Amino acid sequence: MIFDIPASVLFGQLTLGLINGAFYALLSLGLAIIFGLLKVINFAHGAQYMLGAFVALLLLRHFGIDYWTALLLVPVLVGLFGAALERFLLRPIANENHLYSLLLTFGLALIIQGLFTNLYGTSGNSYPIPEVFRGALNLGFMYLPTYRAWVVVAALVACFLAWFVIEKTRLGSYLRAGTENPKLMQGFGINMPFLVTMTYGFGVALAAFAGVLAAPLYSVSPGMGANLLIVVFAVVVIGGMGSIVGAVITGLAMGLIEGLTKVFYPQGASTVIFLVMALVLLIKPHGLFGKEP
Amino acid sequence: MNLIKTRLRTGHERTQLYLALALLAIGLVAPFVAYPMLLMKMLCFALFACAFNLLLGFVGLLSFGHAAFLATGGYITGYLLSRYTGLTPELGILAGTLAATLLGLIFGLLAIRRQGIYFAMITLALAQMTYFVFLQAPFTGGENGLHGLQRGKLFGLIELNNDLSMYYLVLAVFVFGFLLIRRTVQSPFGQVLRAIRENEPRAISLGYNVDAYKLLAFVLSAGLAGLAGATKTVVFQFATLTDAHWHMSGEVILMTLLGGVGTLLGPLLGSSLVVWLHHVLGGSALGNWISVILGVIFVLCVLMFRDGIVGYIQKFIKRNLR
Repeated sequence: MIFDIPASVLFGQLTLGLINGAFYALLSLGLAIIFGLLKVINFAHGAQYMLGAFVALLLLRHFGIDYWTALLLVPVLVGLFGAALERFLLRPIANENHLYSLLLTFGLALIIQGLFTNLYGTSGNSYPIPEVFRGALNLGFMYLPTYRAWVVVAALVACFLAWFVIEKTRLGSYLRAGTENPKLMQGFGINMPFLVTMTYGFGVALAAFAGVLAAPLYSVSPGMGANLLIVVFAVVVIGGMGSIVGAVITGLAMGLIEGLTKVFYPQGASTVIFLVMALVLLIKPHGLFGKEP
Repeated sequence: MNLIKTRLRTGHERTQLYLALALLAIGLVAPFVAYPMLLMKMLCFALFACAFNLLLGFVGLLSFGHAAFLATGGYITGYLLSRYTGLTPELGILAGTLAATLLGLIFGLLAIRRQGIYFAMITLALAQMTYFVFLQAPFTGGENGLHGLQRGKLFGLIELNNDLSMYYLVLAVFVFGFLLIRRTVQSPFGQVLRAIRENEPRAISLGYNVDAYKLLAFVLSAGLAGLAGATKTVVFQFATLTDAHWHMSGEVILMTLLGGVGTLLGPLLGSSLVVWLHHVLGGSALGNWISVILGVIFVLCVLMFRDGIVGYIQKFIKRNLR
């Protein structure tokens, strides 16, 4: 017993918080990568996350494609869809005020979510947990469902890979240079429009990957991404979009704070991250890891 | 040359006057031709969109959280009218408007610390927080909202249960809000707001306290959005979570974009069209597709029709009169 709260309840909520935090980290990472090059906040990110979960579900239902294949295949499919959106819808207005691009992605989110609501209804569909991950790990002080442990590991590995690609490879150096000065990069003979399309596709693929991970955990429904995305926006404001490590740390920390709030003051769990955001704006307006302009 | 300019200006002003009178005449006659409830809904949302446009069109700030002010106006007014039965509707509306204004002050202080895309995200997040507060607070009726409110008697004299008197009150509220916005954007204060929109660093270097101007515009916009919500609650006799949802924040953007961002009449036209669309589609087989249809209009507006209807007409007239 800690503060009159049973340890199992506390640790249970903390792991749930950690899992939510892993999703916040993955999604805010994708947003940050897209924002870096396109200067656009992708309002369709939540819808693309939902798309990831739904495509995995439909592949299983209609083609019997299992979880592992889906985990690799779905991000590629949804990522390509995202690349097409960038190429044919976002690129034509890339030179207009960036607020228009934001509104475009918002419109896309409405369309995608509306289509799935009409086709599959608002209620949730369950996705079976893969065989390997049924059961739970005995950690001594609590039982941790294996799938939840896997989600945290997989999300962190994905974040690490994204960090590695961006910080340690040649492609990543193009990306970082393109973020600093796209015109100069174009002058060096780098195909910037292509890089932008691929970057958007990559960010969308990360969202879809998160969606597949989420499918067995939460029920798969058309609205699953929308409310999550708004929380992720708050996380992005708290962390600032300066660094990848910052996005991951902020995401996990906010998940844990949310979990703790659920234990000690359940009514506040849905609002606590927004309050943290307000506080950070007062103290450090550019975010905990953000750069001063 | 000077004389021609003056005559053109007066000519322009005369056109404006005629247009305003024509619109007012339409507004006065409309309830005898069309369904008053629909018209009142249009006017409430028109005021909401005009208030939103004050911020986006004239300061260049995209708020993604204006639903919070609409809902606050609605809920506070609704709560007070249901709690204190002796309260007259105008006092209820006033209280709702003040509450929204106060919320606007708090949100504004937080949100204007960041620009552009961050501003949109912050307002959206704060509005979502408001949504959860309304969902859980003891006085809002949770998922059900507040229902069965009494319209009461305006100033204790005029029975508002009569749709026609209710309509003229709503029209008066709208005209008041519209004229206030018009006066604001055409004043020296409005000129500074536009300077901030066009080039914020320059406005700062000219010595303007940009943050104070932005905050004042934000508070004014929030207050008028609250007025729209409060009036809407009295008209429809309920306040629900729909008004607080982020869909509503998105919809007011669409109304403004469709009509014409930064034009005075655009939001009026855009909101009337969107409300009419809801009205027509709501009862039809396409009712479930509203979200998709609005999304498509959104995308089309952004891709090909960024000036909006009124903006397009203005450009057309300018081109052909040259």
